[in-house]
Amino acid sequence: MKALIVGCGRVGSALAKRLHGAGWEVVAVDETEDALERLGERWPGEFHVGHGLDTAVLEAAGIASADLVIVATDGDNTNLVVAQVAKLRYEVPRVAVRVQDPARAAFYSDRGFDVVSPTTSAIEALAALALDGSEP
Amino acid sequence: MSFVIVVGGGQVGSSVTRKLLELGHEVVIVEQRRDRYLTLDEEFGHRAQAGDGTELSVLENAGIKRPADIVVAVTGDDEDNLIICQLARELYGVAKVVARVNDPRNQAHFDLLGIAPTVSATKMVMALVQHEMPEHELVQLVQLRRENLEIVEVEVGDSAAAAGKRVEQLRLPETSRLISVMRDGKAEIAVGSTELRAGDQVLAILQPGGEEELRTLLVGEKKKT
Repeated sequence: MKALIVGCGRVGSALAKRLHGAGWEVVAVDETEDALERLGERWPGEFHVGHGLDTAVLEAAGIASADLVIVATDGDNTNLVVAQVAKLRYEVPRVAVRVQDPARAAFYSDRGFDVVSPTTSAIEALAALALDGSEP
Repeated sequence: MSFVIVVGGGQVGSSVTRKLLELGHEVVIVEQRRDRYLTLDEEFGHRAQAGDGTELSVLENAGIKRPADIVVAVTGDDEDNLIICQLARELYGVAKVVARVNDPRNQAHFDLLGIAPTVSATKMVMALVQHEMPEHELVQLVQLRRENLEIVEVEVGDSAAAAGKRVEQLRLPETSRLISVMRDGKAEIAVGSTELRAGDQVLAILQPGGEEELRTLLVGEKKKT
């Protein structure tokens, strides 16, 4: 199975390594060459430098044959556009996208791809801790 | 009078706002960058609002829920313009959106997501440049995305099948019509009896895809290079 990771920061690079460890063929894309360092010294997968909105880059990275695309650049709007392009234009079976803003994450939650909002997750986790058994 | 929200307060956004206000429309302009916002605030006062126009709360403060009649997304980032238009239309029911495309390579994304009409300075400059070039090619003047039609200009070539024929004698592609014929600086509406001559400037309306057939008929075979 082939996974394409668009945005190779802390989240993207960790995911790339983990999926590779689990036996996936992983291709990573990031705007800067520096991102390659986060993948570790002997990254065995492909790595492409380019912007996630650039279809030439996505196609060179093999989006058309990807089973899974994970979009995790630092821009919510870039992520939302790339996710929709992956789903609608390239018909990637499974697309997951990180969206920091909970409001936009909620609005785009029902469009055939998975939306993960770290902000919402953090709020939920911290609220659960605060409210768990402690009195106000 | 319409209520318009302009997102993006650079050169384009502020000029559009100024013009719309002159025409008597109600306008709110949203700008994220502090320095730009302060300049806008000096000129437009309470009509200028600070904030990221892709945030729902910012759009709502600008009055998008009334709803706005038109949202104009003219920031320097295509992904932002796309999301602004999607939110405006799909979340807030704004009937009309206008989006700026900064990098023409992103046009396909706007088309894919049904965001139209779009405006691209690069594309307009290219159309004008082509217009000035003595190449015998179709020049796209207007693209009507919603209608899936385009208006093109073409010069009738010396060896074209159409030269010397009347419009009614032409075997035009099914998906096209001639609009007008200009000769010696005078334009006429093209009717069945209008005769075409080499050198005439013809305007045509057609569905995208029919360009090559129309070009061959009006211009002639492609020059060998």
